[in-house]
Amino acid sequence: MKKVWPILVVDDEEVMCESMAAWLREDGYRVDTAPNGLRAIELAGSTDYAICFMDLKMPGGLDGIETMMEIHRIHPDASIIIITAYATVDTAIQAMKEGAQEYIVKPSHPQEISMLVSRILKLKKLQSENAILRKKISRSYRHSDIITKNPRMEEILALTRDIASLRSTVLIRGDSGTGKELIARAIHYCGNRADKRFVSVSCAALTETLLESELFGHEKGSFTGADGQKKGKFELAEGGTIFLDEIGDISPKLQADLLRVLQERRFYRVGGSEEVSVDVRVIAATNKNLAEEVQQGLFRDDLYYRLNVIEIRIPPLRERREDIPLLAERFVERIASELGKDIAGISGDALKLLIDYDWPGNVRELENVIERAIVTSHNGTLVESDFSWLKQRSNQGQNWEVPDVPLAELERRAIIAVLERKRGNVKDAAAALGIDRSTLYDKLKRYEIAH
Amino acid sequence: MKAVCVVAIGNVPPEILEWVENVAVEWFPWPVRRLQALDLPEGSFDTNRGQYQSVEIMKAVARSRPSDAARILGVTEVDLTIPMLTFVFGQAQLDGPVAVVSLCRLRQEFYGLQSEEVLFRERVVKEVLHELGHTFGLTHCADPTCPMSLATHIGLVDGKEQRYCARCGEQIGQRIASQDGEPL
Repeated sequence: MKKVWPILVVDDEEVMCESMAAWLREDGYRVDTAPNGLRAIELAGSTDYAICFMDLKMPGGLDGIETMMEIHRIHPDASIIIITAYATVDTAIQAMKEGAQEYIVKPSHPQEISMLVSRILKLKKLQSENAILRKKISRSYRHSDIITKNPRMEEILALTRDIASLRSTVLIRGDSGTGKELIARAIHYCGNRADKRFVSVSCAALTETLLESELFGHEKGSFTGADGQKKGKFELAEGGTIFLDEIGDISPKLQADLLRVLQERRFYRVGGSEEVSVDVRVIAATNKNLAEEVQQGLFRDDLYYRLNVIEIRIPPLRERREDIPLLAERFVERIASELGKDIAGISGDALKLLIDYDWPGNVRELENVIERAIVTSHNGTLVESDFSWLKQRSNQGQNWEVPDVPLAELERRAIIAVLERKRGNVKDAAAALGIDRSTLYDKLKRYEIAH
Repeated sequence: MKAVCVVAIGNVPPEILEWVENVAVEWFPWPVRRLQALDLPEGSFDTNRGQYQSVEIMKAVARSRPSDAARILGVTEVDLTIPMLTFVFGQAQLDGPVAVVSLCRLRQEFYGLQSEEVLFRERVVKEVLHELGHTFGLTHCADPTCPMSLATHIGLVDGKEQRYCARCGEQIGQRIASQDGEPL
């Protein structure tokens, strides 16, 4: 690990340079030396030094501070350690104001230098890991990683790109497992808030009081068990994005609190008397029809309109069957690699079975089904028999077992199923459903069914 | 035939040189030869610090290296330092033929304590293994019990064992086997 962090020692005294370099090399570092500022800058041009030990006073040419500033121009992250004698401590402190990370007075105890180097490099390692992870996370949520060739999904992706850097609130609608959080993350990581936090809160998972404290934080002693002040998710997401999943499940009181945050960008911690201001983009998601909830008086209309500035409706998987093979192949590749199984792909028969299945649990269900098949499969390719249990599940679905959903949802699903059977032909679908074409068009519009 | 040479710089009791030679015999495949003692080089004493500049001592040892010496180890009673540090226990050329060990801070007397010969001898063995290890290209070992670990104070020297850890021992063995122990 050490050897990847090169160190530069800059001092006009050769014996100082070489003995220090030799001592550091014994510790496993790659060390270069420079007798003056110009040579140091030249070396920094070709090597990204993690640490530069810099003598403050170098006769002729550039002094230590000038050299440091030039190296910082080339490598802003280089840690400069100023070497000084007692007489020049004031100047060393001045150097720290100019950007030096530390100063050491020579001669120093070996332990002091050893700990200093190891502390700086530990910090650099963490910073580097952090940058890699951030990059990895942002890469995981790039738009290109959302797999689709469905025209409606492509429209959604184009929209998310357009709105990524806006502050407007977004409401994402879609059945469970359709990938609402994935879309929210894609918006966050493609926009100008990508280097700040994306904080996700599942509103349905907590009781009203817990959710209130989770969102807004609390002051010490505000309730039993509040041992200290705690920041809420809104504060943690400062400068970034908060994703409020299952927003349709929050209580009327929290609806009012949330409305205030959206309107004023300010709130009080639970038990607090000081207002906290935040700059947070809100992306909310729900699998409920919030417009209907508003009509029924279950959800505040003013909050609904605040949330619904930009609305995205993600189609269920059964409405984007062309994506099933793409998604399935991607899941096989990823999951097989994670589980260390050598599985090359899915057979044609197995794919047909997956395409024909109704996927009430959407993409999440598909992912779980693929994982189960990979775990139990003994073949190099997933075949139909690896999904035989899925066939039984599918057959059960054809026994007219009506799911526990609103009548309108049943109607919507029936229309989609018939349209698919009739290959998108509205005239044939209308005939099959026993309604005229204009009625079917009305319903397609009302249920937002693409055809 | 190649040899490991041991040389005193200034006055060093012969029995201590013998300890040093025994360590070299135990770990390295060449005969060990004692050279005529060197005087402390002129100009190596730093009057401001009251210590000797290790770099100057290293240069003097390097100058006295016979052509058949695969390694030459200088041993001195004086306290060594380099400009950046307050002291060094010793110094070596990484993957080179020259190393020096100072006995000064290995003695309990340096710390105002009563002399302890067994402890002193153990420390000498560990420091000799450390500096000679560097001449075989070994950098500091993460195992604090290995003589190749970095010691920035005497307590850390005392935490070491008098034999290389398996990894460092293996590395030295490989260097001896692959390049006949020649320094790079």
